[in-house]
Amino acid sequence: MSLVDLEQDILAEIGAAADEAALEAVRVSALGKKGSISERMKGLGALSPDERREAGAALNVLKDKVAEALSVRKTALQDAALEARLVAEKIDVTLPVRPQASGTVHPVSQVWEEVVQIFGDLGFAVAEGPHIEDDFHNFDALNIPPEHPARQEHDTFFFNEKTDGSRMLLRTHTSPVQIRTMLASKPPVRIIAPGRTFRCDSDMTHTPMFNQVEGLLIDETTTLANLKWILTEFCKAFFEVDDVKMRFRASHFPFTEPSMEVDIQYSREGGQLKIGTGDKWLEILGSGMVHPNVIRAGGMDPDTVQGWAFGMGLDRIAMLKYGIPDLRAFFEADLRWLRHYGFKALQVPTLAGGLS
Amino acid sequence: MKFTLSWLKDHLDTSASLDEICEGLIGVGLEVEEVADAGRLLKDFSVAHVTLAEKHPNADKLRQCVVETKDGTKQVVCGAPNARTGIKAIIALPGVTIPATGAVFAPATIRGVESQAMLCSERELMMSDEHNGIIEVEGDWPVGTPAAKALGLDDPMIYVKVTPNRPDALGIHGIARDLAAKGLGTLKPVKADPVQGSFDSPIGVSLDFADGDTKPCQLFVGRYIKGVKNGPSPQWLQRRLKAIGLRPISALVDITNYITFAYGRPLHVFDADKVKGNIRARLAQDSETLEALDNKTYTLDSSMTVIADDNGPEAIAGIIGGIPSSCTNETVNVFLESAWFDPLRTAATGRKLGVTSDARYRFERGVDPAFTPVGAEIATRMILELCGGEASHVVTAGAVPNTARIYSLRKTRVASLAGIDIPVARQKAILAALGYGVNEMAETIDCAVPSWRPDIHGEADLVEEVCRIFGLDNIPAQPMERPSAVARPVLNPLQKRMLSSRRALAARGFNEAITWAFLPEAHARLFGGGQPELKLANPISSELSDMRPSLLPNLIAAAGRNLDRGFADMMLSEVGHAYAGDRPQDETLRAAGIRRGAFTGRNVHGGARAVDVFDAKADALAVLEAAGAPVATVQVVAGAPAWYHPGRSGTIQMGPQNKIAYFGEIHPRILAAMDVKGPLVAFEVILNAVPGSKSKSATRAALNISDLMPLSRDFAFVVDSNVEAEKLVKAAKGADKVLISDVSVFDLYKLEGGKTSLAIEVVLSPREKTLTEAEIDAVSAKIVAAVGKATGGTLRS
Repeated sequence: MSLVDLEQDILAEIGAAADEAALEAVRVSALGKKGSISERMKGLGALSPDERREAGAALNVLKDKVAEALSVRKTALQDAALEARLVAEKIDVTLPVRPQASGTVHPVSQVWEEVVQIFGDLGFAVAEGPHIEDDFHNFDALNIPPEHPARQEHDTFFFNEKTDGSRMLLRTHTSPVQIRTMLASKPPVRIIAPGRTFRCDSDMTHTPMFNQVEGLLIDETTTLANLKWILTEFCKAFFEVDDVKMRFRASHFPFTEPSMEVDIQYSREGGQLKIGTGDKWLEILGSGMVHPNVIRAGGMDPDTVQGWAFGMGLDRIAMLKYGIPDLRAFFEADLRWLRHYGFKALQVPTLAGGLS
Repeated sequence: MKFTLSWLKDHLDTSASLDEICEGLIGVGLEVEEVADAGRLLKDFSVAHVTLAEKHPNADKLRQCVVETKDGTKQVVCGAPNARTGIKAIIALPGVTIPATGAVFAPATIRGVESQAMLCSERELMMSDEHNGIIEVEGDWPVGTPAAKALGLDDPMIYVKVTPNRPDALGIHGIARDLAAKGLGTLKPVKADPVQGSFDSPIGVSLDFADGDTKPCQLFVGRYIKGVKNGPSPQWLQRRLKAIGLRPISALVDITNYITFAYGRPLHVFDADKVKGNIRARLAQDSETLEALDNKTYTLDSSMTVIADDNGPEAIAGIIGGIPSSCTNETVNVFLESAWFDPLRTAATGRKLGVTSDARYRFERGVDPAFTPVGAEIATRMILELCGGEASHVVTAGAVPNTARIYSLRKTRVASLAGIDIPVARQKAILAALGYGVNEMAETIDCAVPSWRPDIHGEADLVEEVCRIFGLDNIPAQPMERPSAVARPVLNPLQKRMLSSRRALAARGFNEAITWAFLPEAHARLFGGGQPELKLANPISSELSDMRPSLLPNLIAAAGRNLDRGFADMMLSEVGHAYAGDRPQDETLRAAGIRRGAFTGRNVHGGARAVDVFDAKADALAVLEAAGAPVATVQVVAGAPAWYHPGRSGTIQMGPQNKIAYFGEIHPRILAAMDVKGPLVAFEVILNAVPGSKSKSATRAALNISDLMPLSRDFAFVVDSNVEAEKLVKAAKGADKVLISDVSVFDLYKLEGGKTSLAIEVVLSPREKTLTEAEIDAVSAKIVAAVGKATGGTLRS
């Protein structure tokens, strides 16, 4: 058989090989030890040098061609096999993923961090105090003597009387932290005190437990004008608006003098509250210059230092900012509510990245 | 405190509008809660004249009327039985909005007759619930007169919230004083020319207190007025009382109420013919009783002040009068009381008896003592004017308590405290307008406090007076300096632990809840609580009676509620405080969570399984890791507090004395007691107990790794079934601390005879050179020996 015919035969067999095994058989029959090309190679020894050179070269060309064809065919077969496998492996990717619970952070926790971001930037540390308090820290030291009418209005939760006649109570505001902080530090003082507070009150808009944040600054020169600035800047930052119109009203708290309540302007559009526009006023916090008696109770001298304080509802500002209608739902642990109003784990409020 | 605009104008000469007055009130600290302005509400309604009313041609119960209105004659169909020819009524013309419904009135044809307007009922105009007929306007008002005017409703009512420090603002005169100081008009002087008495009072007064301590009632001014005629008070007086929500009773009573609101001066009028002997203020005797004007009988005690005669108590001082000596329409002789009662005692008595009254409200906040005789004169004059009669000379016991005091306001103090420079002249003018006796000194303004301001106790109060009248809104905000250019960190380690635990749990899929800090006693007891010192004396309900000893009971109860809503699988977490006692150090911050139902629910990928103790253990470890605990070195030991399953729970500790977390299945008995179906696993990490990081430096230790491949060997040991896996792993790890980098359990199964097969994979990480077979064998032998020594386990053959 001529080389040309041989080449044709082999290439035809390669082309006809249906799978890698058949292709391997072709390779062995051509290039294996006893393969058709190998046999002819062995026969070269019987030729003269010139014939051998010529025939050898031709055989090598054939050998390379066959090897190349085998490789091409092999790749083609592999590709085809892979194609077939891929087709067979097709699955419905619209099927759901494996269930994975998606967690949330409570709005009050989120707002806690937002408030801390803002006041932290202004240099306010976060102070805390016990929930179970005594008369001194919750009332007396805050210039609310036992028979003060304000004391009756606090709807205080009391514990049972002890043998010595004293009784503990649940703090009715975060203000006792002012006293604890002052007693434990030297001026200047810059703190906020967020935390749980308790009042014996429960209706549409009150819950027996709620969250407040207190602010206290004590130094030698701070003024009501500074307090107005801090509160305005806080509201702008917290509600994320360029401008916020606020109203400062004279009021009365036993622990501040002068005292002021602060309203914020809002509008209601399509059932949603919008801060920073409109013509309605909403009370958001109470504040004032710390009463000299309170500074004294905190172990400091009202003739040499002065300061201001404010308190507001964390729940309340969460409701305002995020349009959450009902305070009572905050503490019901209803999964539907937690999932709807909660925040994603990685949605951490930062000043650089934005608070909401 | 409620009043009407016209009433205010009795005390304030002003041209200010209602809106300006409200703005002014808000600014000076008298928060306006509500303004009821019927004039505004009814501005589109006017008087109409029904000139003819006859039966509707097609309906027995309807009437067809011809009505003269400001827009001409209209035909009206009306169903009211009182729609009669000749009456004056209030008409709604097309296009006006009916206040009660918010609907715009449009003409309609009723049973074939066109009705072009509507005659209104009181309910439609939101005046009352009356809807049986239409309003009949009394008086000769011309057609077109605004409805509010014709109905006497054109006097807006203003409701201000008075802070407890301002008893002077519980009288309209005091409110007018603030507004005048604010520049909204001129305060009219009090008209209280003394009424000359013409005879001696047959009833005397005295202050009968042991040891002459008259603190409970330092002044009693009385007056006998004979020959009065009681009966309904005049319309103008009734209208004012009604406008502020008071029910007119009789002229005598209405006069005292009028003066209570006009001047913040409560009074009492006794029917003198029912008084036996003289009147005295004294402390009650224990178990004396009085049937009071609210028709309740009160049992008194010796802490309370009463006004008594020879019959016993006739009134509870400063709180409420009694029925036996009360005035009726038949009363002809009266005895007027204007007294000054101790605020604290009045408040305590009122609280003890549970009586609220306009008198108590004022006395407990502090009525102007100097006004006591003035109030008596005003009342006398009013009684004489409205009821006739003749007044006796005044009888007085005690004297006006001396409240005189002077405080110095440094001229610089408003600026240094409030941050606004208000000229001294302006400061003086404000204080003088508020009634202070102002005396300017070199450095100070000395202020004599008026008798009606018991709340003023020092310089800071004077600063407030100046600021609130000047207007807090007029103080420009003043920026503060930053304490450092770039803000320093402000959170302490525990606060950081709180935040990272919370976020770690959310990242694991927990929904964070905030539950009550209190719970029912039964639940407290299930979780080791219920101590007497953690029990509220006045809980809001028995469901919220005790402080929680753990975060778990409320989370489990919440799981139960969510289960009832149809959620079977859930992960609820909370980061908050639990209470072991009533001292500050007994409160601990914890991070807790519960998993209920399936870890992975039914799904197309298979692998559904219920939650188990290892989920809770993983949660606890994840929180600990987030909180910065050295998780690699903590000990996990079997057993946890009694509310966990005794055989499926564990404690994570830094040593026997420092337990930092618990986890496990909740005890089936606890779940049954709380009526929550399992499976339910839980964990609780005590964040206070987590040790803080010892390293103060941000720099990490150098990384020490080897390029040599680690290799692993498996060992299966047969151990007694009570051997804990953790012990075996520790022993294996300890066999060669240099070479062994990890040991993990990968298989466990029970054998016969109380034995267990535990298989571990040991990873060896050579550092210097590849290990030879001999070296590997040597390490393996060490592992087998160490495990054998620690657990008695042998290599499975």
